[in-house]
Amino acid sequence: MTRASPPSEAAGGRLRVRAGRFPWLLVVPALIGLAFLVLPFAGLLARAPWATLGTRLLLPEVRGALWLSLTTATAATAVAVVLGVPLAWLLARAEFPGRRVARALVTVPLVIPPVVGGVALLLALGRRGILGRHLDEWFGLTLPFTPVAVVIAQVFVAMPFLVISVEGALRGADRRYEEAAATLGASRAVVFRRVTLPMVGPGVLAGAVLAWARALGEFGATITFAGNFPGRTQTMPLAIYLAMQESPESAIVLSLVLLGVSLLILVALRDRWVGAV
Amino acid sequence: MDRRRAAAAAAGLLLAALAACAPVEEGGGPGGAQAQRTLTVFAAASLTEVFEELGERFERDRPDIRVEFNFAGSSDLANQIGEGAPADVFASADSRTMRAAADGGRTATDPAVFVRNTLRIAVPPDNPAGIESLSDLSDPGVKVALCAEEVPCGAAAAEALGAAGVNVTPVSRERDVKAALTKTELGEVDAALVYRTDVRASGEAEGIAFPEAKQAANDYSIAVLTGAEQTGPARAWMELVLSDESAEVFDDAGFTAV
Repeated sequence: MTRASPPSEAAGGRLRVRAGRFPWLLVVPALIGLAFLVLPFAGLLARAPWATLGTRLLLPEVRGALWLSLTTATAATAVAVVLGVPLAWLLARAEFPGRRVARALVTVPLVIPPVVGGVALLLALGRRGILGRHLDEWFGLTLPFTPVAVVIAQVFVAMPFLVISVEGALRGADRRYEEAAATLGASRAVVFRRVTLPMVGPGVLAGAVLAWARALGEFGATITFAGNFPGRTQTMPLAIYLAMQESPESAIVLSLVLLGVSLLILVALRDRWVGAV
Repeated sequence: MDRRRAAAAAAGLLLAALAACAPVEEGGGPGGAQAQRTLTVFAAASLTEVFEELGERFERDRPDIRVEFNFAGSSDLANQIGEGAPADVFASADSRTMRAAADGGRTATDPAVFVRNTLRIAVPPDNPAGIESLSDLSDPGVKVALCAEEVPCGAAAAEALGAAGVNVTPVSRERDVKAALTKTELGEVDAALVYRTDVRASGEAEGIAFPEAKQAANDYSIAVLTGAEQTGPARAWMELVLSDESAEVFDDAGFTAV
């Protein structure tokens, strides 16, 4: 964080709590907010049948679903970074007609219900979809009901989080550094790689974490576009939903497994890469 | 001043949104002086069209009562009832779910079976894979969607396939029967096992009957719940559903009488 631009330092100074006065106005709503987020989780913990947790973890279906979830969410995050960072740069830095419209379009997957997103993906990339039809005709390639479809569904719902987060970071970054690098003779590519990217690094990371978490929890678009088949397209959220049909207890156990594993990974990454962010 | 006005506008919008969400009295009722009672019916999603029609009849005969529905998957509803959701009547799409509710002490009357639903093979309009019978579904080149075995239509499909001795590896185990039907209508799968009522309601998919469907019929059952606040109207609703008058409506929708 030593690279941080001057404005954020100033902000940090102003926010520091003045001695002798407790900021009730901030702390009270903050605690209510935290309780609101944590309370449902406490409900899960209270109802969890702890005794069966170990045996459930050993079930091959559960391990299969967990592995599929982790790998597809990671692949989806990688795709989202590769496509989303340049898209964010385009939206934040390039002047072109229709930029406002493009920016609004990026948020479409956030607004539409994921199940509708799944149907939209089927209509575009399905066996009879506008693009999928040709994939089938020319290459004999059908996407639905494959792990690739799982990744596609996750990218669709998760990439907007990354784009919005990176675009915000780009707008907040001081452009004078880039201009200085350019006047010193750096090419556009070099400026982007050596100046812009390091400046918005925390934004990219935060966006990637958001996207990964969203991809990991993705349900509606996945079950609609990729279907549900154990070992191939059944991710943890799908397994949890179906377990819920038979017994809420087993659904709770599976949810806790997913929550535990994702928290473990996020905390580990945070400590290693970001220090105290 | 600007900020205050913006806040007021936001609050106004919020109020308007809340008002829009609030239940609106249906027209045609009495002047409003009389307090209306609300009968809450939890019913399997496949009963949506039929129950809504029966609900209109019920309200016409009993203007003092408004019928409210909660349509969802039977097991979701049973879970909600188990967690204390305020419901007067429960109609499930299979007797297994109802039995679980009864065993949990949630039913106040003996569950009664009112209709039966049987399976059909649903195929896209032009039947691209040329499906004619259940055994065609075991062809590895045929893409089939089945319901997951955790939901009633999946349990019925497994029973029918077992009775026929046909082994099917589906490309997907769908979460409910409508999802399986949608994939058929879109042509993503060549066939799916769905209910006769779903084929009837679908404008696009075609249904193929098969003999083994008889062995895997779903018995829809209904019961008044122990938590019911409107016991009288709840019993009246149960009577209406079991009556000859309703049989016709069920028949039109593709249900079989028991």
